[in-house]
Amino acid sequence: MNTATLPNSETRKPVESKTTTIPPAPHARDGSALADTLFTNLTRLAAFVVFSLLAAIFVSLVLGSSKSIMRFGPAFLWTSEWDPVKEQFGALVPIFGTLVTAAIAMVIAVPVSFGIAMFLTELSPKWLKRPLGTAIELLAAIPSIIYGMWGLFVFAPLFSTYVQPLMIKTLGAIPGLGLLFAGAPMGIGMFTAGLILSIMVIPFITAVMRDVFDLVPPMLKESAYGLGGTTWEVMYRVVLPYTKVGVVGGVMLGLGRALGETMAVTFVIGNAYQLSPSLFAPGNSIASALANEFTEARGELHSSALIELGLILFLITSIVLAISKFLLSRLSRDEGARS
Amino acid sequence: MSAVPAMFNPISESNPIYRARRRKNRVLMGVSLAMLIYGLVWLVWILVTLLWESAGALSPTLFTLMTPPPGAKESGGLANPIWGSLLIVSSATAIGTPIGILAGTYLAEFGRGSWLASATRFLNDMLLSTPSIIIGLFIYTVYVAQVRHYSGWAGSFALALIVIPVVVRTTDDMLKLVPNSVREAAIALGCPKWKMVTMVCYRAARAGIMTGVLLAVARISGETAPLVFTALNNQFFSNNMNAPMANLPQVIFQFAMSPFEDWQRLAWGASALITAAVLLLNIVARYILSRSK
Repeated sequence: MNTATLPNSETRKPVESKTTTIPPAPHARDGSALADTLFTNLTRLAAFVVFSLLAAIFVSLVLGSSKSIMRFGPAFLWTSEWDPVKEQFGALVPIFGTLVTAAIAMVIAVPVSFGIAMFLTELSPKWLKRPLGTAIELLAAIPSIIYGMWGLFVFAPLFSTYVQPLMIKTLGAIPGLGLLFAGAPMGIGMFTAGLILSIMVIPFITAVMRDVFDLVPPMLKESAYGLGGTTWEVMYRVVLPYTKVGVVGGVMLGLGRALGETMAVTFVIGNAYQLSPSLFAPGNSIASALANEFTEARGELHSSALIELGLILFLITSIVLAISKFLLSRLSRDEGARS
Repeated sequence: MSAVPAMFNPISESNPIYRARRRKNRVLMGVSLAMLIYGLVWLVWILVTLLWESAGALSPTLFTLMTPPPGAKESGGLANPIWGSLLIVSSATAIGTPIGILAGTYLAEFGRGSWLASATRFLNDMLLSTPSIIIGLFIYTVYVAQVRHYSGWAGSFALALIVIPVVVRTTDDMLKLVPNSVREAAIALGCPKWKMVTMVCYRAARAGIMTGVLLAVARISGETAPLVFTALNNQFFSNNMNAPMANLPQVIFQFAMSPFEDWQRLAWGASALITAAVLLLNIVARYILSRSK
């Protein structure tokens, strides 16, 4: 009908438009448009709930810990005293324990995960890939509390009788470094916690590494092999540089998991509020302090201080996970541009 | 070309540099295999321990008797925590799954390119790895501390918050795999959007979404940390979701730390039950997904 806008429209015979006779789409009449709006907005609402959850967690933890924040201020972070009776609380010991156990876990888990991912992507016969991959993933399926119980009753006694004395005798004798491995072989302690954490995060790091290794264009690898590179050289000089952002992202994901793992650590860390350079000494982590003390907290200040511990843990893991997510998303965005 | 002496040929066995590279490669590939075996040893060790230790605990009375009171002469069972766990986990799934599927639907279908969708996807991935004890603390401050009592509901709310991100992620991923031509075909037939999503896209992605839900159930079945300060524990059989409720992970936590040998045996029994359930769910989920491909 826009013939009317043409300058010489009067001279033309108006064309009978057929578009006006088409009935409106059926769903516009029977209320389906309303259903569409409802459904779309329902999904948007659900997405908004998910969107606001992290903020809600943050706000609730800040409110819950306000008493402790007001009372101790920032000094909470570097005070080591934790005395529910005198109502003196400082987070240094649990923060230290959390960071140390996670660090031990990463030192062990990163090379192991790299080895496993390399085996699964480059070396494994095709028919073995799936079952082996699944078996490693099942390590992540075993509940945390099972690791804890197994660690306390099975692993710790064996570790303290056979492995720990050996480590104290050899590694403990190295000047300087020996401080880390001094002390009595008790079986439980920060090293055991870190070791068990490393087993728990291996499947997460391995899964990310496998995924990003698969992103490497086959042509790149084939060219390197064609030039006579060995499998290791192809991995180290071609695959790893190509995927390093994603690999770091995977490591950060594992770190985020290791920092917040609760039950396994609670069983084997020893739950002692003490600072010691030795990795064999018992310690405490934020998560295990919460699991052990929260329901038995005496007084509001005690629970408030525990919630503040939770807030600190939440902030640390959120930063680590955000970095991980950022790196991984950068890799998948660059992928198209680079290949 | 044949004039090059063998020892200068970069890939000849008589070139010492090439031999060294080969040797290094063999050693490192051996290390790689060793790492894989290292990982598998822990898995086998834990599973064998569970089987071994729980052999004495697994009996029919495990499912019929209640947990024993402290100092009881006769051994008890796990009837009340098994029932409690079933109730808490199923209501958590019932709460978390619809929210997760709807939010995932928004991300994959309606919110493409919108700021809400990309921000939610980012935050959801963070939520996926947020320590579960923090989730428990959150439910404690917003629910338990307000109503002033621990309850089964609080436990299932906490677990539902763990279900949601898993389901959002898989729903989003699986709906994105549905080809656009299918959507266009539905729209071309005059199908309203809600019908297109529910009758066409959901059906195409059904196996994947089911897998996500099963994996989420597997994950929460063994979760202990968020239940510590929400559901607490209960020594008796209870159907009341509004009161503290017995559950398997909590029983393991309490009984394993106890000095009584009888209680520790029950803790091993509970561990074996949970692990068997979790591994079974994982394997079923993988089977469904692999069959649908």
